[in-house]
Amino acid sequence: MSTYALLFDQSLCIGCGACEQACQSEHDQRPHKPDKLDHDSFTWVEDLGHDQYARHLCMSCENPTCVSVCPVGALEKNSLGPVTWDAKKCIGCRYCMMACPFEIPKYEWHEPNPRIRKCDMCVHRVTKGMPTACASICPTGATNFGTREAMLKEAHRRLKKYPERYTGEVYGEKEAGGTGVLMLLTKSPSESDLPDNVPQHDMPHLTWNVLEKLPQIIPVWGAFLGGMYWLGNRKNEVAAHEREELQERGHGDD
Amino acid sequence: MSGKNYRKGGTVMTERKLPKLHFWSSFFVLLMITLAVVLFKRYTQGIGAISNLNDSMPWGLWIGFDLLCGVALGAGGFTVTAVVYIFHLEDYKPMARPAVLTAFLGYLMVIAALLVDLGRPWNIWHPLVFWNPHSVMFEVGWCVMLYTTVLFLEFLPLVFERLGYNKQVHFMHKYLTPGLVIAGVLLSTMHQSSLGTLYVIVPEKLYPLWYSPILPILFFVSAITLGLAMTNVESFLSFRAFGKRLEAPLLRKIGAATAVMLMVYLVIRIEDLLVHGSLKYAFKFDMASWFFLAEIVIGGIVPMVLLFMKRIRRNPLALTGTQILVVLGIMFNRMNVAVTAFQLGTGSDYRPLWMEFVVSMGMIAIGVFLFSLAARYLPVFPEGPLTDAKPKDPFVELGKLR
Ligand code: SF4
Ligand code: SF4
Ligand code: SF4
Repeated sequence: MSTYALLFDQSLCIGCGACEQACQSEHDQRPHKPDKLDHDSFTWVEDLGHDQYARHLCMSCENPTCVSVCPVGALEKNSLGPVTWDAKKCIGCRYCMMACPFEIPKYEWHEPNPRIRKCDMCVHRVTKGMPTACASICPTGATNFGTREAMLKEAHRRLKKYPERYTGEVYGEKEAGGTGVLMLLTKSPSESDLPDNVPQHDMPHLTWNVLEKLPQIIPVWGAFLGGMYWLGNRKNEVAAHEREELQERGHGDD
Repeated sequence: MSGKNYRKGGTVMTERKLPKLHFWSSFFVLLMITLAVVLFKRYTQGIGAISNLNDSMPWGLWIGFDLLCGVALGAGGFTVTAVVYIFHLEDYKPMARPAVLTAFLGYLMVIAALLVDLGRPWNIWHPLVFWNPHSVMFEVGWCVMLYTTVLFLEFLPLVFERLGYNKQVHFMHKYLTPGLVIAGVLLSTMHQSSLGTLYVIVPEKLYPLWYSPILPILFFVSAITLGLAMTNVESFLSFRAFGKRLEAPLLRKIGAATAVMLMVYLVIRIEDLLVHGSLKYAFKFDMASWFFLAEIVIGGIVPMVLLFMKRIRRNPLALTGTQILVVLGIMFNRMNVAVTAFQLGTGSDYRPLWMEFVVSMGMIAIGVFLFSLAARYLPVFPEGPLTDAKPKDPFVELGKLR
């Protein structure tokens, strides 16, 4: 089965902020108007001026960078699509924050027992078969929820139907190997304050290409080192032996 | 040739250096008090209270200096032990113990710094039970842990020897040392290079002059270069502090080897930039380009050329000065990867807070303090100044014989 995904249509968003409020109450956060993503704000509707808005949230990547870099597997890709964080495992190394190509995970900098905070695609709702809080509340249909397959199909349908409205690409179809949040943009990613330099392939293979070579390199390198040790050792032993023999012969001559 | 002479040697040294020690010890005490206050703040109010790290700059001075530079500086441990025990260049044996001790304390300080930098340090052992083999950090964690254990075991004979457990020392040297040294080299190969691999996953966030898919190779080769250079610097420092150093001809050979390694490193580094078409950024003469040129020219090409000159290698002071330049150049590279390149690539804004420096300086100070304690009470250096030691009469033999 395809994972679930969100489809955000920039042309329909009126910047009402209902999704922000729904997200905050869903995650027991104090109600506030965010001005960026932070430990307290999992989604942010950014006013781009001229009645244009951008939504920011975890992209729920298909093959998430954050999941691959976490040393203890605290971040996990749920089979339904959400990417979740486990408080019981996290060591607070912040490699997920470093590595995420969308700069999504945020940190509780002023807590003695800090958490990694980010949108979890309302995993508690999605596992119960409900759409995310933001998609349920959106009054205009700017944020939609469904299987990734269906969302992608719908995105391309709209692209075809109103080619003049959008930039021509579905943001998130190929970014970082494909994400669980798809965006139909009326402004370019950089104008929408979204990263526009995200590689069009998944990221985890970059480091895996290196790591997977270790099982080949290390035994060879180890055998070489062991061999060098043995060679030198043997040379020393032979030398010691010869010295002994010489000495013995010396005694015999006496 | 037993512990007694050591203590005598130690006392003489202390008396001679008393006024200097006075200055350093008051500085040390002051630093430790400040560190304690800073750490109290850290563990009660969070990392944000003592640093300028933020959501757009999750790693800063501590990862750049304490982790990347700290581990690279510890490379002397595996370089020297490999030279002595695997390649059997026994002339360098007198440097093996100080190098192992430096590396051991260095790694302990790296772990101590991690206990400050990690958000949930009480979970530091989690990689033992929660595995993610796809994570470079997972591999680094395991290697650092295992290698610190190896260094501890390599350090143990010093303690045993001091306590007079000669049988155990003999046993360890005969049966454990070769295995430990090989394990140490393998583990070092893995994590020295993996510290570079950490950044392979952020191609879009690291400024092109420092990003490369072969960062692991660059980090490994430069770590060996640094390890060689550090052997000279350590020898020089221990001469200043304890009156013991390697013979000049040995230092000259290390100088030549450093020159060759540095050349190999620089060729890979520049060729890699050429292949990726990134060298053009070096001549834009903006901030990034100046940082890069300083790193490569002043911290790389200049010392390499100097080390190739016989005249420099023959003058111990010039030689050591050049080797210090090599060390600084490679440390500058690590800082550039961790801070400069990430900042330029993401446009994040970060200047380390003074309290971050207190943590880093505190770790160095504790390391130096522990080293001087060990040097005073344990047989770290052979009897008498190393300069007088016969190359064929290495002190490590002591442990084997008695
Ligand atoms: S956007 Fe970032 S945090 Fe979200 S799943 Fe992708 S890599 Fe992870
Ligand atoms: S900060 Fe926590 S969740 Fe993020 S990579 Fe480190 S251990 Fe994993
Ligand atoms: S609820 Fe819908 S229309 Fe309102 S800000 Fe969010 S996405 Fe835009």
